[in-house]
Amino acid sequence: MAVSTSAPVDLSAALVLTPTSAAEWLVVLPVAWCLAVGALLMMLRRWAILQPVIALAALAVLVLIDVALLDHVARNGPTTMVMGRWLPPFGIAFTVDLTGALFALMAAAVAFAAGIFSLADINESGRRYGFYPLLMLLMAGVSGAFLTGDIFNLYVWFEVLLISSFGLLVLGSEREQIDGTVKYGFLNLVATTLFLVATGFLYAVFGTLNMADIARKADELRAGAPLMTLVGLYVLAFGMKAAAFPVNFWLPASYHTPRVVVSALFAGLLTKVGIYALIRVTVMLFPVEREELSFVLALIGALTMMVGVLGALAQTDFRRILGYLVVSGIGSMVAGIAIGGPGGIGGAIFYALHSMLVMTGLYFASGIAMRLGADSSISTLAGLYRKHVGFAALTLMLCFAVSGLPPFSGFWPKVMLVKAALDIGAWWLAAALLLVGFFTMIATGRLFLLAYWRESTRPDAGGTTRLPAKTFGPLAALTLLALALGVYPEPLLAMIQNAAAGLAEPSAYLNSVFPAGGPQ
Amino acid sequence: METWFSLLVTLFFTVAIYLLLSKSVIRILLGVAILGNAVNLLIFTGGRLTRDVPPVIAEGADTLGGPAANALPQALILTAIVISFSFFAFLLVLAWRAYEDLATDNTDEMRVAEPVSEPAPPLGY
Repeated sequence: MAVSTSAPVDLSAALVLTPTSAAEWLVVLPVAWCLAVGALLMMLRRWAILQPVIALAALAVLVLIDVALLDHVARNGPTTMVMGRWLPPFGIAFTVDLTGALFALMAAAVAFAAGIFSLADINESGRRYGFYPLLMLLMAGVSGAFLTGDIFNLYVWFEVLLISSFGLLVLGSEREQIDGTVKYGFLNLVATTLFLVATGFLYAVFGTLNMADIARKADELRAGAPLMTLVGLYVLAFGMKAAAFPVNFWLPASYHTPRVVVSALFAGLLTKVGIYALIRVTVMLFPVEREELSFVLALIGALTMMVGVLGALAQTDFRRILGYLVVSGIGSMVAGIAIGGPGGIGGAIFYALHSMLVMTGLYFASGIAMRLGADSSISTLAGLYRKHVGFAALTLMLCFAVSGLPPFSGFWPKVMLVKAALDIGAWWLAAALLLVGFFTMIATGRLFLLAYWRESTRPDAGGTTRLPAKTFGPLAALTLLALALGVYPEPLLAMIQNAAAGLAEPSAYLNSVFPAGGPQ
Repeated sequence: METWFSLLVTLFFTVAIYLLLSKSVIRILLGVAILGNAVNLLIFTGGRLTRDVPPVIAEGADTLGGPAANALPQALILTAIVISFSFFAFLLVLAWRAYEDLATDNTDEMRVAEPVSEPAPPLGY
């Protein structure tokens, strides 16, 4: 490779020459850490006893890393690290802003809770067949999706989390799981392929994949390029990932089939990655197109909420009810994106964080309920209140939280969304949000009435039971966190407002990728 | 050249969507494989198709002289090929297991996870 004879090449035109600071390493650390631990666990797969110990310790460290990352971003604004020291937009950039850091932290916290719950839920063969490596790789994909600043890289992380989720979903190979995985697998693969189609077109139009670069070039290209088509494709692809209305059917078909802890993880993490990507692309990269599409998005949001909650009302299986409630929550987030502005986007982000927490908690509750009552249909499941009062109380709190009642975490995002909808005059959207909250209360209230308060007629029903800490602990922790966020939302709310402002006006994000204007 | 390729991509997408709409899992699987290749060709075409200009930067210059084919989409395709191939392999095995365990490859009959006639939830208690 002859650089030789000619003048020495000016490296500063293409490479970052300052040494990478510790804070910049922090940006990629969640992903690198999960990948490394996942690989280690895969090598140790014969030591089934070690697997949960290492995975739990690793997830605890992941939570700490994400706390440090959030703290750093909250103090210093968006932070960027580029791969291979190539200057953006040439190299792949990881850029984390408040939105990404908040999502990543909540995902890690939920995964840690699920890690503890898995001690009771994943048996010896599950450990041997790689539950924990898949869990770590799933977290690598999820963290990568939240932290990356490159749209093709985002696609790659989608695929990483997708293939890990296939493995987790089918782990155990029961007939229902295989049935569920067929539908989940094909439809999600089509969704990510649509994402790739959109990204291919985007590169052909923009000549760049760096999100900050796309955001600053969108204005000058708007006149001559079919950006609306691009955004339409992205909305379809991410809507499918997030299970928004016309393309939501894979979710209720599959989420009730795997192990409870896997359902809980998926409900907490996967659809929210779709919502995050939708927020990132529509709000930060293409705000003008989002404005134009807002009526369509609002319609999708309202229909998703309604279809979700009506589906929940029609189901008898505990976990299938929850699957439809996940879909219903997605509708509220899409409505928030449609409304836009600090209230709408902030509401969507808050709702997503709340939904991660509460839906995971509810799936934990369904797992405990199915174990206590030896049944999963609310037609026959009964007497849980008598078996364990504390567990019944926690479930009731989660039911209130998911319906958006105070003083739980679901209340504030609902208030923000309804207020934002009324502010822009979309009274029908506000009405839909409130009506869905009411229906959710009926659905979860009926669940509680039948499964918890109704006297059991089974002969073995009598007496209270004790619950092991590894199932009760994570449920209690998530519920209390939901309560804490409902009672004292100030710090989180302030951060979410900053995050929403940073998305609407991404100059800090752009500055972090291209200091002082950057090339061109 | 690009025009012909766009038509080819259209053809690929048409075939893929037609196959994806069928009920048999194997046909859907073939549809997925063709869809992946359709996207790959799309990205390939998006990166310009010129054989004549090698993408080599002349001495003393910082950027390419003429409009050469872009090398980055080809790298993207390489990533996408690897990913779609591994997914295809996984789904092939999954389809086989589904056929063995569920005794059907008709998606309409795959109703184990969502039984056809479920009783409505109780109305009172």
